[in-house]
Amino acid sequence: MAETMCVQVRKCSLRKKPSFLGAPLRDLDYGDQVTIDETRNSWVRVTPVDGKGSGWLHLSALTEKKIILGHDSPEVKTGASSDEIALAGKGFNRQVEERFKQNNRNVDFAPIDAMEKIVISQAEMHAFLVDGGLDSLGEGQT
Amino acid sequence: MKHLTRRDFMEYLGRMGLAGTILPRSVAGWGLDLPISLDEAAGYASSIMKGGKAAMKAMEDFTPEQEYYIGRTVGAVVLSRYKPLKNETANHYLNLVGQTLALASDLPEVFNGYHLLILDSDDINAFATPSGLIFVTRGMVRCCSNEGELAAVLAHEIGHVQAKHGIQSIEKGRITEAIAIIGIEATKTFADSDIASLTETFEGSINDITTTLINNGYSRSFEDEADQAAVTILERIGYSPVNLVNMLKIMYQRLDPGGMDFARTHPSPKSRIKNLEKIIKPDAMAAENSTRARRFKAALQNV
Repeated sequence: MAETMCVQVRKCSLRKKPSFLGAPLRDLDYGDQVTIDETRNSWVRVTPVDGKGSGWLHLSALTEKKIILGHDSPEVKTGASSDEIALAGKGFNRQVEERFKQNNRNVDFAPIDAMEKIVISQAEMHAFLVDGGLDSLGEGQT
Repeated sequence: MKHLTRRDFMEYLGRMGLAGTILPRSVAGWGLDLPISLDEAAGYASSIMKGGKAAMKAMEDFTPEQEYYIGRTVGAVVLSRYKPLKNETANHYLNLVGQTLALASDLPEVFNGYHLLILDSDDINAFATPSGLIFVTRGMVRCCSNEGELAAVLAHEIGHVQAKHGIQSIEKGRITEAIAIIGIEATKTFADSDIASLTETFEGSINDITTTLINNGYSRSFEDEADQAAVTILERIGYSPVNLVNMLKIMYQRLDPGGMDFARTHPSPKSRIKNLEKIIKPDAMAAENSTRARRFKAALQNV
Protein backbone atom coordinates (compact mmCIF):
# COMPACT_ATOMS: atom_id res chain seq x y z
CA MET A 1 0.00 0.00 0.00
CA ALA A 2 1.29 3.43 -0.87
CA GLU A 3 2.43 5.52 2.06
CA THR A 4 0.24 8.50 3.00
CA MET A 5 1.63 11.78 4.28
CA CYS A 6 0.18 15.20 5.18
CA VAL A 7 1.16 18.75 4.22
CA GLN A 8 2.60 20.39 7.37
CA VAL A 9 3.09 23.91 5.98
CA ARG A 10 0.50 26.60 5.28
CA LYS A 11 0.73 26.26 1.50
CA CYS A 12 2.98 24.53 -1.01
CA SER A 13 3.05 23.87 -4.74
CA LEU A 14 2.92 20.53 -6.47
CA ARG A 15 5.52 20.77 -9.25
CA LYS A 16 6.09 19.20 -12.62
CA LYS A 17 9.76 18.46 -11.85
CA PRO A 18 11.56 17.69 -8.55
CA SER A 19 12.92 21.24 -8.29
CA PHE A 20 11.68 24.55 -6.85
CA LEU A 21 12.01 25.92 -10.37
CA GLY A 22 9.72 23.20 -11.72
CA ALA A 23 6.41 24.50 -13.10
CA PRO A 24 3.75 24.66 -10.36
CA LEU A 25 0.79 22.39 -11.14
CA ARG A 26 -1.50 23.12 -8.20
CA ASP A 27 -1.39 24.40 -4.62
CA LEU A 28 -1.83 22.18 -1.60
CA ASP A 29 -2.91 23.44 1.83
CA TYR A 30 -2.07 22.61 5.44
CA GLY A 31 -3.41 19.18 6.34
CA ASP A 32 -3.96 17.96 2.75
CA GLN A 33 -3.20 14.24 2.39
CA VAL A 34 -1.08 12.78 -0.37
CA THR A 35 0.10 9.28 -1.30
CA ILE A 36 3.76 8.78 -2.17
CA ASP A 37 4.39 7.34 -5.65
CA GLU A 38 8.15 7.78 -6.00
CA THR A 39 11.10 9.16 -4.00
CA ARG A 40 14.15 10.91 -5.44
CA ASN A 41 16.59 12.28 -2.84
CA SER A 42 14.57 14.77 -0.79
CA TRP A 43 11.79 15.01 -3.35
CA VAL A 44 8.71 12.83 -3.61
CA ARG A 45 6.23 12.40 -6.43
CA VAL A 46 2.80 12.34 -4.87
CA THR A 47 -0.87 12.07 -5.71
CA PRO A 48 -3.24 14.13 -3.56
CA VAL A 49 -6.00 11.96 -2.04
CA ASP A 50 -8.61 13.89 -4.02
CA GLY A 51 -6.96 12.20 -7.03
CA LYS A 52 -6.54 15.45 -8.97
CA GLY A 53 -3.15 15.30 -10.64
CA SER A 54 0.24 14.15 -9.47
CA GLY A 55 3.50 16.03 -9.05
CA TRP A 56 6.63 16.66 -6.96
CA LEU A 57 6.95 18.03 -3.43
CA HIS A 58 10.01 18.57 -1.24
CA LEU A 59 9.86 16.18 1.73
CA SER A 60 10.21 19.04 4.23
CA ALA A 61 6.64 20.07 3.35
CA LEU A 62 5.31 16.74 4.59
CA THR A 63 4.84 14.83 7.85
CA GLU A 64 4.04 11.21 8.50
CA LYS A 65 1.55 12.32 11.14
CA LYS A 66 -2.06 12.77 10.16
CA ILE A 67 -2.93 16.43 10.59
CA ILE A 68 -6.36 16.93 12.09
CA LEU A 69 -7.97 20.26 11.40
CA GLY A 70 -11.02 19.95 13.69
CA HIS A 71 -11.46 18.92 17.30
CA ASP A 72 -14.42 16.66 16.67
CA SER A 73 -12.76 14.23 14.26
CA PRO A 74 -12.96 10.51 15.06
CA GLU A 75 -9.18 10.32 15.71
CA VAL A 76 -9.43 12.93 18.45
CA LYS A 77 -12.42 11.22 20.04
CA THR A 78 -10.75 7.82 20.11
CA GLY A 79 -7.62 9.38 21.60
CA ALA A 80 -5.07 8.44 18.93
CA SER A 81 -1.57 9.22 20.22
CA SER A 82 0.36 12.32 19.17
CA ASP A 83 2.90 10.04 17.49
CA GLU A 84 0.19 9.39 14.92
CA ILE A 85 -1.72 12.64 14.74
CA ALA A 86 -1.05 16.36 15.05
CA LEU A 87 -3.85 18.78 15.74
CA ALA A 88 -3.74 21.87 13.58
CA GLY A 89 -3.95 24.99 15.72
CA LYS A 90 -2.99 23.19 18.92
CA GLY A 91 -0.67 24.59 21.56
CA PHE A 92 1.16 27.76 20.65
CA ASN A 93 -1.33 29.28 18.24
CA ARG A 94 -3.04 32.51 17.22
CA GLN A 95 -5.02 32.53 20.49
CA VAL A 96 -1.81 32.34 22.55
CA GLU A 97 -0.23 35.06 20.39
CA GLU A 98 -3.26 37.30 21.07
CA ARG A 99 -2.92 36.71 24.82
CA PHE A 100 0.82 37.42 24.58
CA LYS A 101 0.00 40.73 22.86
CA GLN A 102 -2.38 41.68 25.68
CA ASN A 103 0.33 40.94 28.24
CA ASN A 104 3.13 42.65 26.28
CA ARG A 105 1.72 45.80 24.73
CA ASN A 106 5.22 47.15 24.04
CA VAL A 107 5.83 44.34 21.52
CA ASP A 108 4.57 45.36 18.09
CA PHE A 109 3.73 42.67 15.54
CA ALA A 110 2.98 45.07 12.66
CA PRO A 111 6.58 45.02 11.31
CA ILE A 112 6.52 41.21 11.41
CA ASP A 113 3.25 41.14 9.45
CA ALA A 114 4.84 43.49 6.90
CA MET A 115 7.98 41.37 6.71
CA GLU A 116 5.94 38.23 6.03
CA LYS A 117 4.39 39.92 3.00
CA ILE A 118 7.75 40.04 1.18
CA VAL A 119 7.54 36.98 -1.06
CA ILE A 120 9.88 36.53 -4.03
CA SER A 121 8.20 35.06 -7.11
CA GLN A 122 9.56 31.97 -8.80
CA ALA A 123 10.16 33.96 -12.01
CA GLU A 124 12.23 36.57 -10.16
CA MET A 125 14.25 33.86 -8.40
CA HIS A 126 14.91 32.12 -11.70
CA ALA A 127 16.12 35.35 -13.31
CA PHE A 128 18.27 36.08 -10.24
CA LEU A 129 20.03 32.70 -10.57
CA VAL A 130 20.49 32.80 -14.35
CA ASP A 131 21.65 36.43 -14.52
CA GLY A 132 24.04 35.88 -11.63
CA GLY A 133 25.63 32.84 -13.24
CA LEU A 134 24.45 30.68 -10.33
CA ASP A 135 23.16 27.10 -10.31
CA SER A 136 19.53 26.46 -10.98
CA LEU A 137 18.31 24.67 -7.82
CA GLY A 138 18.74 21.51 -9.84
CA GLU A 139 16.64 18.42 -9.79
CA GLY A 140 17.08 16.32 -6.70
CA GLN A 141 19.80 18.64 -5.54
CA THR A 142 18.54 18.99 -2.01
CA MET B 1 -5.73 5.85 46.00
CA LYS B 2 -4.54 9.42 45.92
CA HIS B 3 -5.31 11.12 42.64
CA LEU B 4 -2.58 13.35 41.36
CA THR B 5 -3.00 16.63 39.54
CA ARG B 6 -0.58 17.60 36.82
CA ARG B 7 1.17 19.86 39.32
CA ASP B 8 1.63 16.96 41.72
CA PHE B 9 3.03 14.89 38.93
CA MET B 10 5.48 17.62 37.93
CA GLU B 11 6.57 18.02 41.54
CA TYR B 12 7.02 14.29 41.78
CA LEU B 13 9.18 14.29 38.66
CA GLY B 14 11.11 17.17 40.18
CA ARG B 15 11.84 15.13 43.31
CA MET B 16 12.96 12.27 41.10
CA GLY B 17 15.37 14.66 39.39
CA LEU B 18 13.32 14.42 36.24
CA ALA B 19 11.86 17.90 36.04
CA GLY B 20 13.91 18.64 32.98
CA THR B 21 13.02 15.41 31.23
CA ILE B 22 10.61 15.22 28.39
CA LEU B 23 7.49 13.26 29.23
CA PRO B 24 6.45 10.46 26.95
CA ARG B 25 3.66 11.85 24.83
CA SER B 26 1.10 9.42 26.13
CA VAL B 27 1.68 10.61 29.70
CA ALA B 28 1.85 14.26 28.76
CA GLY B 29 -1.35 13.87 26.83
CA TRP B 30 -3.26 12.95 29.93
CA GLY B 31 -3.42 16.54 30.91
CA LEU B 32 -4.45 18.48 33.93
CA ASP B 33 -6.48 16.59 36.43
CA LEU B 34 -6.62 13.05 35.21
CA PRO B 35 -6.26 10.58 38.03
CA ILE B 36 -2.99 8.71 38.22
CA SER B 37 -1.69 7.11 41.38
CA LEU B 38 1.71 7.73 42.85
CA ASP B 39 2.65 4.15 41.97
CA GLU B 40 1.66 4.68 38.39
CA ALA B 41 3.60 7.93 38.35
CA ALA B 42 6.65 6.09 39.67
CA GLY B 43 6.27 3.57 36.88
CA TYR B 44 6.19 6.30 34.26
CA ALA B 45 9.08 8.10 35.89
CA SER B 46 11.24 5.00 35.66
CA SER B 47 10.21 4.44 32.07
CA ILE B 48 11.22 8.05 31.37
CA MET B 49 14.62 7.40 32.89
CA LYS B 50 15.04 4.44 30.58
CA GLY B 51 14.00 6.53 27.63
CA GLY B 52 17.35 8.14 26.89
CA LYS B 53 16.08 9.37 23.59
CA ALA B 54 13.25 11.29 25.21
CA ALA B 55 15.10 14.59 25.24
CA MET B 56 15.77 14.29 21.53
CA LYS B 57 12.05 14.45 21.01
CA ALA B 58 11.85 18.04 22.25
CA MET B 59 12.20 19.53 18.80
CA GLU B 60 9.76 17.14 17.23
CA ASP B 61 7.13 17.99 19.78
CA PHE B 62 6.53 21.38 18.23
CA THR B 63 4.80 21.24 14.87
CA PRO B 64 6.02 23.65 12.14
CA GLU B 65 2.85 25.63 12.89
CA GLN B 66 3.82 26.09 16.54
CA GLU B 67 7.39 26.96 15.57
CA TYR B 68 5.88 29.62 13.33
CA TYR B 69 4.07 31.28 16.25
CA ILE B 70 7.22 31.06 18.38
CA GLY B 71 9.27 32.56 15.53
CA ARG B 72 6.86 35.45 14.90
CA THR B 73 6.93 36.47 18.53
CA VAL B 74 10.72 36.14 18.85
CA GLY B 75 10.91 38.36 15.74
CA ALA B 76 8.54 40.91 17.28
CA VAL B 77 10.70 41.04 20.42
CA VAL B 78 13.85 41.52 18.30
CA LEU B 79 12.03 44.41 16.59
CA SER B 80 11.16 45.96 19.94
CA ARG B 81 14.93 46.41 20.43
CA TYR B 82 15.98 47.19 16.85
CA LYS B 83 14.14 49.28 14.27
CA PRO B 84 13.59 47.91 10.76
CA LEU B 85 15.62 49.72 8.10
CA LYS B 86 13.20 51.63 5.88
CA ASN B 87 14.74 50.85 2.50
CA GLU B 88 12.43 48.81 0.29
CA THR B 89 15.02 48.19 -2.44
CA ALA B 90 17.61 46.86 0.00
CA ASN B 91 15.09 44.69 1.87
CA HIS B 92 13.71 43.26 -1.36
CA TYR B 93 17.22 42.33 -2.52
CA LEU B 94 17.98 40.75 0.87
CA ASN B 95 14.85 38.59 0.45
CA LEU B 96 15.79 37.73 -3.12
CA VAL B 97 19.19 36.39 -1.99
CA GLY B 98 17.93 34.83 1.25
CA GLN B 99 14.74 33.18 0.01
CA THR B 100 16.63 31.69 -2.94
CA LEU B 101 19.35 30.32 -0.64
CA ALA B 102 16.73 28.85 1.70
CA LEU B 103 15.40 26.70 -1.13
CA ALA B 104 18.85 25.12 -1.42
CA SER B 105 18.89 24.25 2.30
CA ASP B 106 17.79 20.96 3.87
CA LEU B 107 14.70 22.76 5.21
CA PRO B 108 13.30 24.70 2.25
CA GLU B 109 9.68 24.37 3.40
CA VAL B 110 8.87 26.08 6.69
CA PHE B 111 5.31 26.84 7.79
CA ASN B 112 5.03 30.28 6.22
CA GLY B 113 8.23 30.71 4.20
CA TYR B 114 11.52 32.49 4.95
CA HIS B 115 11.44 36.28 5.29
CA LEU B 116 14.34 38.66 5.84
CA LEU B 117 14.79 42.22 7.10
CA ILE B 118 17.65 44.69 7.58
CA LEU B 119 17.82 46.26 11.06
CA ASP B 120 18.66 49.95 11.36
CA SER B 121 21.68 49.50 13.62
CA ASP B 122 25.45 49.89 13.37
CA ASP B 123 25.94 46.78 15.51
CA ILE B 124 27.46 43.90 13.57
CA ASN B 125 24.92 41.15 14.08
CA ALA B 126 22.39 38.74 12.56
CA PHE B 127 19.56 36.70 14.11
CA ALA B 128 17.35 33.90 12.91
CA THR B 129 14.11 32.87 14.61
CA PRO B 130 12.53 29.42 14.49
CA SER B 131 10.54 29.00 11.27
CA GLY B 132 12.72 31.31 9.21
CA LEU B 133 12.58 35.02 10.06
CA ILE B 134 16.10 36.37 9.50
CA PHE B 135 17.38 39.77 10.65
CA VAL B 136 20.67 41.34 9.58
CA THR B 137 21.92 44.67 10.93
CA ARG B 138 23.03 47.49 8.65
CA GLY B 139 26.45 47.15 10.31
CA MET B 140 26.63 43.53 9.18
CA VAL B 141 25.49 44.36 5.63
CA ARG B 142 28.25 46.98 5.47
CA CYS B 143 30.82 44.30 6.32
CA CYS B 144 29.88 42.46 3.10
CA SER B 145 31.88 43.56 0.09
CA ASN B 146 29.94 41.49 -2.43
CA GLU B 147 26.84 39.32 -2.96
CA GLY B 148 28.71 36.11 -2.15
CA GLU B 149 29.69 37.40 1.29
CA LEU B 150 26.13 38.52 2.01
CA ALA B 151 24.96 35.08 0.88
CA ALA B 152 27.45 33.52 3.32
CA VAL B 153 25.96 35.46 6.27
CA LEU B 154 22.41 34.50 5.25
CA ALA B 155 23.33 30.85 4.63
CA HIS B 156 24.78 30.67 8.16
CA GLU B 157 21.51 31.99 9.60
CA ILE B 158 19.50 29.56 7.46
CA GLY B 159 21.77 26.87 8.95
CA HIS B 160 20.51 27.81 12.44
CA VAL B 161 16.88 27.61 11.25
CA GLN B 162 17.43 24.27 9.53
CA ALA B 163 19.03 22.73 12.64
CA LYS B 164 16.29 24.20 14.90
CA HIS B 165 18.83 25.82 17.20
CA GLY B 166 16.30 28.41 18.40
CA ILE B 167 13.85 25.78 19.60
CA GLN B 168 16.67 23.92 21.32
CA SER B 169 17.49 26.96 23.44
CA ILE B 170 14.13 26.68 25.20
CA GLU B 171 14.67 25.30 28.70
CA LYS B 172 13.86 21.62 28.74
CA GLY B 173 11.66 21.90 31.79
CA ARG B 174 9.56 24.48 30.01
CA ILE B 175 9.00 22.18 27.07
CA THR B 176 7.82 19.53 29.51
CA GLU B 177 5.31 22.01 30.89
CA ALA B 178 4.19 23.08 27.45
CA ILE B 179 3.67 19.53 26.30
CA ALA B 180 1.73 18.70 29.43
CA ILE B 181 -0.65 21.58 28.75
CA ILE B 182 -0.77 21.16 24.98
CA GLY B 183 -1.56 17.48 25.36
CA ILE B 184 -4.98 18.08 26.85
CA GLU B 185 -6.19 19.73 23.72
CA ALA B 186 -6.43 16.37 22.03
CA THR B 187 -9.42 15.61 24.20
CA LYS B 188 -11.04 18.98 24.73
CA THR B 189 -10.86 22.61 23.70
CA PHE B 190 -8.96 25.04 25.88
CA ALA B 191 -10.44 26.64 28.95
CA ASP B 192 -9.43 30.25 29.63
CA SER B 193 -7.15 29.17 32.49
CA ASP B 194 -5.35 26.77 30.15
CA ILE B 195 -4.74 29.58 27.66
CA ALA B 196 -3.33 31.67 30.50
CA SER B 197 -0.90 28.98 31.62
CA LEU B 198 0.02 28.10 28.05
CA THR B 199 0.73 31.79 27.38
CA GLU B 200 2.94 31.86 30.47
CA THR B 201 4.95 28.93 29.11
CA PHE B 202 5.00 30.61 25.69
CA GLU B 203 6.38 33.84 27.21
CA GLY B 204 9.07 31.86 29.02
CA SER B 205 10.02 30.06 25.81
CA ILE B 206 10.24 33.35 23.90
CA ASN B 207 12.42 34.74 26.66
CA ASP B 208 14.75 31.71 26.54
CA ILE B 209 15.23 32.14 22.80
CA THR B 210 15.65 35.93 22.72
CA THR B 211 18.10 35.79 25.65
CA THR B 212 20.14 33.25 23.71
CA LEU B 213 19.97 35.19 20.43
CA ILE B 214 20.63 38.65 21.85
CA ASN B 215 22.62 38.14 25.05
CA ASN B 216 24.26 34.75 25.41
CA GLY B 217 24.69 33.31 21.94
CA TYR B 218 24.62 29.69 20.87
CA SER B 219 27.16 27.06 21.83
CA ARG B 220 30.34 26.69 19.87
CA SER B 221 29.05 23.44 18.37
CA PHE B 222 25.85 25.10 17.09
CA GLU B 223 27.91 27.83 15.40
CA ASP B 224 30.11 25.22 13.75
CA GLU B 225 27.03 23.32 12.64
CA ALA B 226 25.57 26.50 11.09
CA ASP B 227 28.90 27.21 9.36
CA GLN B 228 28.95 23.71 7.88
CA ALA B 229 25.35 24.06 6.68
CA ALA B 230 26.30 27.41 5.14
CA VAL B 231 29.14 25.82 3.15
CA THR B 232 26.73 23.21 1.76
CA ILE B 233 24.04 25.76 0.88
CA LEU B 234 26.55 28.09 -0.81
CA GLU B 235 28.04 25.24 -2.84
CA ARG B 236 24.62 23.96 -3.90
CA ILE B 237 23.67 27.32 -5.33
CA GLY B 238 27.01 28.18 -6.89
CA TYR B 239 28.57 30.71 -4.50
CA SER B 240 32.06 29.94 -3.31
CA PRO B 241 32.15 28.93 0.38
CA VAL B 242 35.37 30.95 0.62
CA ASN B 243 32.97 33.91 0.93
CA LEU B 244 32.17 32.74 4.46
CA VAL B 245 35.85 32.74 5.39
CA ASN B 246 36.33 36.18 3.84
CA MET B 247 33.34 37.49 5.75
CA LEU B 248 34.70 36.16 9.04
CA LYS B 249 38.07 37.78 8.34
CA ILE B 250 36.40 41.16 7.80
CA MET B 251 34.39 40.73 10.98
CA TYR B 252 37.54 39.79 12.87
CA GLN B 253 39.05 43.13 11.87
CA ARG B 254 35.98 45.20 12.63
CA LEU B 255 34.53 43.66 15.74
CA ASP B 256 34.97 45.39 19.03
CA PRO B 257 36.05 42.47 21.27
CA GLY B 258 34.26 43.92 24.31
CA GLY B 259 31.24 44.94 22.21
CA MET B 260 27.63 44.08 22.76
CA ASP B 261 26.96 42.55 19.37
CA PHE B 262 28.25 39.60 17.39
CA ALA B 263 31.51 39.52 19.37
CA ARG B 264 29.57 38.84 22.54
CA THR B 265 27.36 36.09 21.17
CA HIS B 266 29.70 34.23 18.80
CA PRO B 267 32.93 32.27 19.08
CA SER B 268 35.94 34.16 17.75
CA PRO B 269 35.97 34.39 13.95
CA LYS B 270 39.55 33.10 14.03
CA SER B 271 38.57 29.70 15.44
CA ARG B 272 35.65 29.42 13.02
CA ILE B 273 37.96 30.15 10.07
CA LYS B 274 40.29 27.40 11.25
CA ASN B 275 37.42 24.89 11.24
CA LEU B 276 36.13 26.05 7.86
CA GLU B 277 39.53 25.72 6.25
CA LYS B 278 39.38 22.01 7.06
CA ILE B 279 36.28 21.52 4.89
CA ILE B 280 36.70 24.09 2.11
CA LYS B 281 38.92 23.30 -0.85
CA PRO B 282 41.55 26.04 -1.23
CA ASP B 283 40.79 26.51 -4.95
CA ALA B 284 37.08 27.00 -4.32
CA MET B 285 37.09 30.76 -4.94
CA ALA B 286 35.22 31.63 -8.11
CA ALA B 287 35.47 35.02 -9.76
CA GLU B 288 32.68 37.40 -8.80
CA ASN B 289 30.29 37.74 -11.72
CA SER B 290 29.73 41.30 -13.02
CA THR B 291 25.92 41.10 -12.85
CA ARG B 292 26.13 40.11 -9.20
CA ALA B 293 28.51 42.99 -8.49
CA ARG B 294 26.14 45.44 -10.21
CA ARG B 295 22.94 44.34 -8.51
CA PHE B 296 24.63 44.17 -5.09
CA LYS B 297 25.79 47.77 -5.42
CA ALA B 298 22.49 49.00 -6.84
CA ALA B 299 20.45 47.47 -4.03
CA LEU B 300 22.66 48.23 -1.04
CA GLN B 301 24.43 51.49 -1.88
CA ASN B 302 22.29 53.51 0.56
CA VAL B 303 22.45 51.10 3.49
